[in-house]
Amino acid sequence: MTQQIIFYLLAIAITVFSILAVTSKRIVRSATYLLFVLLATAGFYMLLGYYFLFAVQVSVYAGGIMVLFIMAIFLTHKPGKDVSDRVGWRFSSSLLLSVAGLLLSGYIILNNTIGIVQFIEKEELTMQQIGTAMLGAGKQQYLLSFEMMSILLLACIVGAILIARKTKTEKNESNESEL
Amino acid sequence: MINNAGVPLLAYQLVSLIMFFAGIYGFFTRRNLMMMLISVELILNAADINFAVFNRYLFPGEMDGMFFALFTIAIAACETAVAIAIIINVYRNFGNAEVDNLKKMKG
Repeated sequence: MTQQIIFYLLAIAITVFSILAVTSKRIVRSATYLLFVLLATAGFYMLLGYYFLFAVQVSVYAGGIMVLFIMAIFLTHKPGKDVSDRVGWRFSSSLLLSVAGLLLSGYIILNNTIGIVQFIEKEELTMQQIGTAMLGAGKQQYLLSFEMMSILLLACIVGAILIARKTKTEKNESNESEL
Repeated sequence: MINNAGVPLLAYQLVSLIMFFAGIYGFFTRRNLMMMLISVELILNAADINFAVFNRYLFPGEMDGMFFALFTIAIAACETAVAIAIIINVYRNFGNAEVDNLKKMKG
């Protein structure tokens, strides 16, 4: 019963905050609503019994990515200034598209989800099981994906530095303007 | 021990559906690059919820869905870092981070 109440609270929080995040005019508020959505999602993972996923969601998403977001917002926007959205037919057509998509997918889900599926009690995953599955090379083990992910992260670091650094001419120009 | 037998699979799906289409709506209506990135994060997060929920409800003995959610979170982190580097570069060249500026590029 308690779990049900917690679930519905989290569901309401996710619905309200995700809609607020995409309709808010102030960008910092939008980022804060996104943070609430991510934390409520972490609550879902905890309800499902995936404690490791919960910890990853809180530390990587709500911790790391949100700090990156806030830093980037303060680097590129004037605080307190409203952002402009699309207007006219572009706005109304995107609203129409998302509502139509929501209704269509909702209809499909309501008609096809099997009602018999029940939550089955299971003892929680131990860290040992997760570690074995992540670093094993057998069936249903994920060493290859794990290693691919490490290479992707390395490429991402190199790419982000290459894109964001100043080129030589830009550096000279900024030095001259400082003088 | 967690006992949420009363929460049906459908409820989780509807929540992630609303989150997904909120993201779609934001992605199409926003003109600001940071706002579009926030919408993409919403979409990815909705997909993650679905992975974990289907895994837990339909195949409770396995953990493939959980690992896919984990790897999606890692990919989202990569994507955010590179996208923010690009946005900062756009800001440096154009003075703001609006997507309409990107009609004009160097190459």
